[in-house]
Amino acid sequence: MKQFKQIFGGKSLEESVEKSRGGAFSALRDLFRPGVQLDEDFWEELEATLIMADVGPYLAVELIESARERIANSNLDSAADAHDLIEELLVAQLGADSAEMLSVQPLTVILMVGVNGAGKTTMTAKLAQWLKEQGHTCLLAAADTFRAAAIDQLRVWAERIDVPIIAQQPGSDPGAVVFDAIDSALARNASHLIVDTAGRLHTKANLMDELRKVQRIAANRVGAAAIETLLVIDAITGQNALNQAKVFRDSIPVTGVVLTKLDSTARGGSVFSIARELQLPIKLVGTGEQLNDMDAFDGQRFVRALLNESVPT
Amino acid sequence: MFETLSDRLQGVFQRLRGRGKLTEADVDAALREVRLALLEADVNFRVVRGFLKALRERAVGAEVMENLTPGQQVIKIVHEELIHLLGEPVPLTLSGSPPHVIMLVGLQGSGKTTAAGKLALALRKQGQRCLLAAADIYRPAAVDQLETIGKQIDVPVHAMGTKAQPTTIANTAIERAKRERLGTVIVDTAGRLQIDAEMMAEIHEIAEAISPQEVLLVADAMTGQEAVNVAQAFHEQVPLTGLILTKTDGDARGGAALSVRSVTGIPIRFLGSGEKIEPLDPFYPDRLASRILGMGDVLSLIERAEETIDAEQAAEIEKKIRTASFTLEDFVDQLQQIKKMGSLGQVLEMVPGMSQYMRNPAMSAAMDERQFARVEAIIYSMTLAERRNPAIIDGSRRRRIAAGSGTTPAEVNQLLSSFRQMQTLMKSLASGKIPKNLMRLFG
Repeated sequence: MKQFKQIFGGKSLEESVEKSRGGAFSALRDLFRPGVQLDEDFWEELEATLIMADVGPYLAVELIESARERIANSNLDSAADAHDLIEELLVAQLGADSAEMLSVQPLTVILMVGVNGAGKTTMTAKLAQWLKEQGHTCLLAAADTFRAAAIDQLRVWAERIDVPIIAQQPGSDPGAVVFDAIDSALARNASHLIVDTAGRLHTKANLMDELRKVQRIAANRVGAAAIETLLVIDAITGQNALNQAKVFRDSIPVTGVVLTKLDSTARGGSVFSIARELQLPIKLVGTGEQLNDMDAFDGQRFVRALLNESVPT
Repeated sequence: MFETLSDRLQGVFQRLRGRGKLTEADVDAALREVRLALLEADVNFRVVRGFLKALRERAVGAEVMENLTPGQQVIKIVHEELIHLLGEPVPLTLSGSPPHVIMLVGLQGSGKTTAAGKLALALRKQGQRCLLAAADIYRPAAVDQLETIGKQIDVPVHAMGTKAQPTTIANTAIERAKRERLGTVIVDTAGRLQIDAEMMAEIHEIAEAISPQEVLLVADAMTGQEAVNVAQAFHEQVPLTGLILTKTDGDARGGAALSVRSVTGIPIRFLGSGEKIEPLDPFYPDRLASRILGMGDVLSLIERAEETIDAEQAAEIEKKIRTASFTLEDFVDQLQQIKKMGSLGQVLEMVPGMSQYMRNPAMSAAMDERQFARVEAIIYSMTLAERRNPAIIDGSRRRRIAAGSGTTPAEVNQLLSSFRQMQTLMKSLASGKIPKNLMRLFG
């Protein structure tokens, strides 16, 4: 899993980041350029960098205060020192870096959950493709029975990657779809069942109830320990990401976060507060539109890509 | 996290009550809070900087109005400036000979296809007949999605599968609208990243070919700091004429709308809320400004209540609250109604000034959804007479109710005392103010 890219051959995080930032931001200067003074201007620019990466104003201020304090109490004074220190502080927010995907016998159920438009269906397809390439036998469940043509969308993906799909009529009960899909997965000796659930805003109590029900049905069939619940968050999301994560985690046992659309200019800084305040591991990143544009999340690489972004002068 | 700007400013100005004019020091202290509030609402960093500069000039030396505290005065100025920046609602340009062409553009997942259906309904309310053009040939089943939506709302959809070029689809849709005398064509384009040169060239091409009267950017209310770059890049490719802010039924503060407006100058046209295909909501600058500031959104609360609560019943309840004749029977009815509106905590968040009470652990425990079931069980175990007049509940009745509801007499007591507190709160809400000692009531 660590060497995702080598296995998978898609765009890596750095490549997608480089692609997205080369052009539009080339006129910007490097915050950590050699010889830069660690003065007020520097710290202000750093704060701007963090805030504009969606780290959030409170966390940005807090991080900068602790960095400044540590710099003041040491003999560090170069931009490179500051870079390493900030990098370390940011990586520490992300928690332990051992976000392995769950894999249990005989069947692992992966629930893909999140708000509307986060990229659940595309991520479901990418994950299926990846598991398949790893030699696993995979099954998809089209549990988004609400959004118009969501089932068709997943069906198209299933055909492209040649993975069986369990689907019912639009409007049918997602719990029933999952129930049938688990039966079917067990009967076929599949190792993984990936469930694409409907997008739901975390503020909709009835839809969160529905999700709880889906989770409960899966847990009753295979046991809660066999369920990987991945919360899918769009990298462009701002400070609301924490609210989303909090409510989803309070509703069902979320086991990890997937950060999608990281090939955009968005830097996904909202995951810092999610990882820190909710102790949720960030597991995967989506890095492009191709099926194999997916990468394992690596905190240090993620932070480096974020900091190496320049700041407007 | 749930602290509102007004709560924070209240803290800043606690010692400054009753001053005549806002001094530089007052204003700077206040603006620090305003800055944080705006950044937390996802207003772009640079936009915030510009806004604060203008604000400072206006606020320093401003008279504090007689009936306001300095904090309220700053809020008033901030709110007015925000409303000013957000701009007036501008109707769509649907002049000239039909068919009028509206093109929807935006990132993947921003909600374009759903917005297309909702826009068709909003225009139908204005007497326009629309044709939806399915020009997203990339996302699997996007065409099916628009066709399904079209069927749901009974609006024709022009689809040519995924083999035809988007420009061809849009052009033939316009031809068809002419033939069938449909007044407006809404072109749903594929979602694209603003840095994808090839795809951005494509929308430029489509726009050149069909010369739309309106090009509307569809942006998610949850969008963070990148909203400015997205809007700018789209604006360079196809001159945008307006913004649709989607998914406003979530709890995102929607600062992205201000960012987009500031960098492009395009007007905000509509707000989208809910997955059901219903007409887009009109944009009200004052409401959006309040939402961005985290000041609570009473108007939306009222609207949501109107949607879910039976009007006659609501009038009845309102009367009861006013006359303080609200009983436990009404209370359990209310619980049912509130459940329909969303979580109780979420509903209370929208009430200005309530957010600070929501942080009180006792209060949030009382608002725990799981308590609902228990509370209902207790109330349902009471006789009608007891529900109407809880004062008659003595020790023996309490034991019976506890046994009937599977709870303890202490829990029954707790509910009764919470109910008394709620009656107090309702009386003060009805009189338009929240008591200063509310904190103690729930402490």
